[in-house]
Amino acid sequence: MELNEVFEKVKGLFVEDLGIDESKVTMEAKLEEDLEIDSLGIVEVVMAFEDEFEIEIDDDELADVSTVGQAVNLLHSKI
Amino acid sequence: MKTVLVTGGSRGIGKSISTTLAKSHHVVVGYVNSQDKAEEVVNEIAESGGSANSVEINISSKESVDRAFATIEGEYGSVDILINNAGITKDNILPRMKEEEWLDVIQTNLTGSFYTSQRAIKQMMKNKWGRIIFISSVVGISGNQGQSNYAASKAGLIGLAKSISKELGSRNITSNVIAPGYIETDMTSFLDDENKENIIEQLSIKRIGKPEDISNVVAFLCNDESEYITGQVIPVDGGLTT
Repeated sequence: MELNEVFEKVKGLFVEDLGIDESKVTMEAKLEEDLEIDSLGIVEVVMAFEDEFEIEIDDDELADVSTVGQAVNLLHSKI
Repeated sequence: MKTVLVTGGSRGIGKSISTTLAKSHHVVVGYVNSQDKAEEVVNEIAESGGSANSVEINISSKESVDRAFATIEGEYGSVDILINNAGITKDNILPRMKEEEWLDVIQTNLTGSFYTSQRAIKQMMKNKWGRIIFISSVVGISGNQGQSNYAASKAGLIGLAKSISKELGSRNITSNVIAPGYIETDMTSFLDDENKENIIEQLSIKRIGKPEDISNVVAFLCNDESEYITGQVIPVDGGLTT
């Protein structure tokens, strides 16, 4: 899957599952500061990713993820 | 209509919870060995105009829990209300207690409720609504001779329930504990009349409890009216622990 396709899917999950304004979801956006996702929200997103892409994400892989772009890159490497 | 899963829902307190909640919800009666009894409860609910079905769920096995939830989710979408009621006893005084007696009771009563709760909250978080109720025991608060394993497992449920309430309160998921005292069920059928009189002497309300005394409180905690109550332990024991 192309990086751009992963980004579009990720954006869809943010908008649909978490009710985040579509225009805010950019590759540079910070999850906690810009999108106001709390730590439980990040867990929800991860669980949604795991279901959507049929992958498993370890907790230590998540430690370095703080922006949408980092999340997209992590997912892109796993699909 | 919301879907409720009652583990151990075919007998004793669990049966009363199943029939009471079926007045306003779809009830899934969880059973392990007592499929016949579960079917009886389902039929009883259907005859009084409610909606119910039964599912095999051995909470001590993660695989069995996953299978049961997959079945329920396939048919009804999600478990909106989880009643962690199933439990076992293997009584022995501590000097004589075998490791197996300890581990079996902890595995079923405590770890089993971890399996069901962890599985249930996946959908509850998506729905942004959920109710989890743990049927503990006054023994988990006060301890009891010959029940160190059971008391530890029931006290453990209190820590689990309170932690869930803090982790998931922001998603409209509440988690509470009911601590029944002496209730007339199979589990207390070993008590003879003299035992019962001795127990009643310690109570403020001068009778042994009925399963309905518990299920009425469960029903209240499942309603939207109780949404501001979470992380609490509610003894329903005729005044035993005051």
